[in-house]
Amino acid sequence: MTIQRNLILAGVGGQGLLALAAIIGEAARAQGLHVLQAEVHGMAQRGGVVQSHMRYSSDPIHSALVKMGTAHLILSLEPMEALRYLPYLESDGAVVTNSVPFKNIPDYPAEDEIKSALSALENHRAIDAVDLAKQAGALQAANMVMLGAGAPFLVLSPDTLQEGIRTVFSGKPDAIIETNLLAFQLGFEASEAAA
Amino acid sequence: MPTRLLLGNEALAQGAIDAGLSGAYAYPGTPSTEITATVLKSPDVAEGRIRCAWTANEKTALEAGLGMSYGGKRAMVSMKHVGLNVAADPFINSAISGAHGGLIINVADDPSMHSSQNEQDSRVYLDLAMMPCLEPADQQEAYHAPGIAFALSEKHRIPVMIRLTTRLCHSRATVMTGDSVEQNSFSTPDDERRFILLPALARRSYAKLLERQPEFIAESEASPFTTYFEGDDQSLGIMACGTAYHYVREIVGEACAHPILKIGQYPLPESLIERMMSECNRILVFEDGYPYLEGKLRGLPLRDTPRIHGRLTGHLPRTGELTPGAVAGAFGIDTPDTLAASSIPAPRPPALCPGCPHADTCNAINAVVKDGNPTGRVFSDIGCYTLAAMPPYETVDTCVEMGSSITMAKGASQAGLTPAVSLIGDSTFTHSGMTGLLDCVNENADVTVVIVDNLTIAMTGGQTSSANNRLAEICAGLGVEREHIRIIEPTPNKHEENVAVLRREIEHHGPSVVIAVRECIQTARRSRAKGGSS
Repeated sequence: MTIQRNLILAGVGGQGLLALAAIIGEAARAQGLHVLQAEVHGMAQRGGVVQSHMRYSSDPIHSALVKMGTAHLILSLEPMEALRYLPYLESDGAVVTNSVPFKNIPDYPAEDEIKSALSALENHRAIDAVDLAKQAGALQAANMVMLGAGAPFLVLSPDTLQEGIRTVFSGKPDAIIETNLLAFQLGFEASEAAA
Repeated sequence: MPTRLLLGNEALAQGAIDAGLSGAYAYPGTPSTEITATVLKSPDVAEGRIRCAWTANEKTALEAGLGMSYGGKRAMVSMKHVGLNVAADPFINSAISGAHGGLIINVADDPSMHSSQNEQDSRVYLDLAMMPCLEPADQQEAYHAPGIAFALSEKHRIPVMIRLTTRLCHSRATVMTGDSVEQNSFSTPDDERRFILLPALARRSYAKLLERQPEFIAESEASPFTTYFEGDDQSLGIMACGTAYHYVREIVGEACAHPILKIGQYPLPESLIERMMSECNRILVFEDGYPYLEGKLRGLPLRDTPRIHGRLTGHLPRTGELTPGAVAGAFGIDTPDTLAASSIPAPRPPALCPGCPHADTCNAINAVVKDGNPTGRVFSDIGCYTLAAMPPYETVDTCVEMGSSITMAKGASQAGLTPAVSLIGDSTFTHSGMTGLLDCVNENADVTVVIVDNLTIAMTGGQTSSANNRLAEICAGLGVEREHIRIIEPTPNKHEENVAVLRREIEHHGPSVVIAVRECIQTARRSRAKGGSS
């Protein structure tokens, strides 16, 4: 089976976007796919916009950057950030986002405006990742909730994604890994329920 | 061999370790930092087999690398593109003295200025130094580059540059790693006098460097990173340097009708370029950074055949990094319209972290220099604190290059500006600020230097700063009067106290230094998480 996925991963500095990207990349690698992932380091990480382009395929791929209009999924840790990358989305692509805003700027737009823009998209799921992360046992696991929420669109087996969590968090205490696995599971279930 | 998912920077570092690296030196700078950070994490460093350190600046790093090479060992030096400006003196002169053990100089360019003040293309420096250079096209080539570069360096006894760009440095890909080779044993050069660049000796070495250029060009033509892909349709020829090759492949596919020249080594492979120029009617040039190759191909006067198209002719944007969309556009392929950009998202620029000590220092400076004192200016520098140029602080009036805060403040004060305040970080001060402070002392300049000491190199992720807890001693050693070296703790509680100290020192005629000491909240948080002291 030919697999080809182009993803835009979005968030704000400090939300754990790069860990989320690393887990998807690791899972795709473990499934024997070609993987390319571009990420942002340095100045931009200080509370600013953080995004990562991720591509994996059973055929060789060349550009780490996703071409406009070709992303299968925008997976976002923040609702306003999900809207920033719409021109990257292919016509029937999906947007999966955390519904809880991260407000660190004075002119953050009205939440209703964001909600209605998201609702207008054909294929979208909005998940309260903060609530589910608390249920899993740690607010910091919101990124793993969103990994779970995005999982139905990744064409990767949930097993390899969970293995990816273990690999990327290896060295952390077992309890932290279990919390992250639970967060992943809660996100996955919430996403399927929202379908 | 198993594959690993590695950043370009990590692949390069692993490649160097596997190729017998003995010493790595660097000053951190985005997008180059992870090269040396990766070496530092290797067990070879912990167990003392590889020497690896963050140095005071890029110049001291390169000189240490040249010294290790003098001792016969394989050395690697890494910097961002503007770091090469700082290290330009040893860069250009080490091409004349030559190397002994393999010496590679990694320079990471930042087209689009993701985290930099310009997008200069380091290949332009090759015209000055005339040393060979590799430009890996992907992470796998980044892994192989150090081995090839060390061999080239030792064969021709010359340093070799490796040119990287942000997208390669900070993109991950599956990389196959290989076997490792032994380090070189210690030895000194058998022709030691070439390291004495007295004019009479330097002229001879320079003549030799010029004589070897044809050999370097032949190396580039035979390089594993350079390939001429045949194509039947010669109406168009494609030249692509480094990572640009993969953007081209993404668009034209594996079976392209047109010939493609993939260039991965410099000096430019002349005979391959000549071949394409003679066979094709039109050439499209793809390179990330400046139109370096394109400019050389165009020549003067501009030629009609073949026509040369690229960044200079509007077929590609003149500035910024390449994107698959831009490359497609150069082939006349439009990107299909899908969803329009949303007007809802507001800009979310990087900002000082909540609780950052720089915020408290800037609030105190504002109270003295900005509030009701419109003639004052704050000359600032490169670091997190530069973000205080933005609201709500708007403390910073200038940011040009490493160390310029102190010397610009001095010059401006001598032009009549008062008060002239300099705002500089601890590691920027040791990188390039100390000499400027000595100038201030020697001229009794009316400048107040505020050193924001957060005990780390914060912006690049918390590397060790050169002069932790020794800044006051350094300033005193440079000749600043002891009573005008003041240490404050930047916290909201001490605001009034800190304002009073700043006001007194700014009113003082002559150089004064206020050191605001409080640990970066990011590194403090990380050391708490590790169970260390807070």
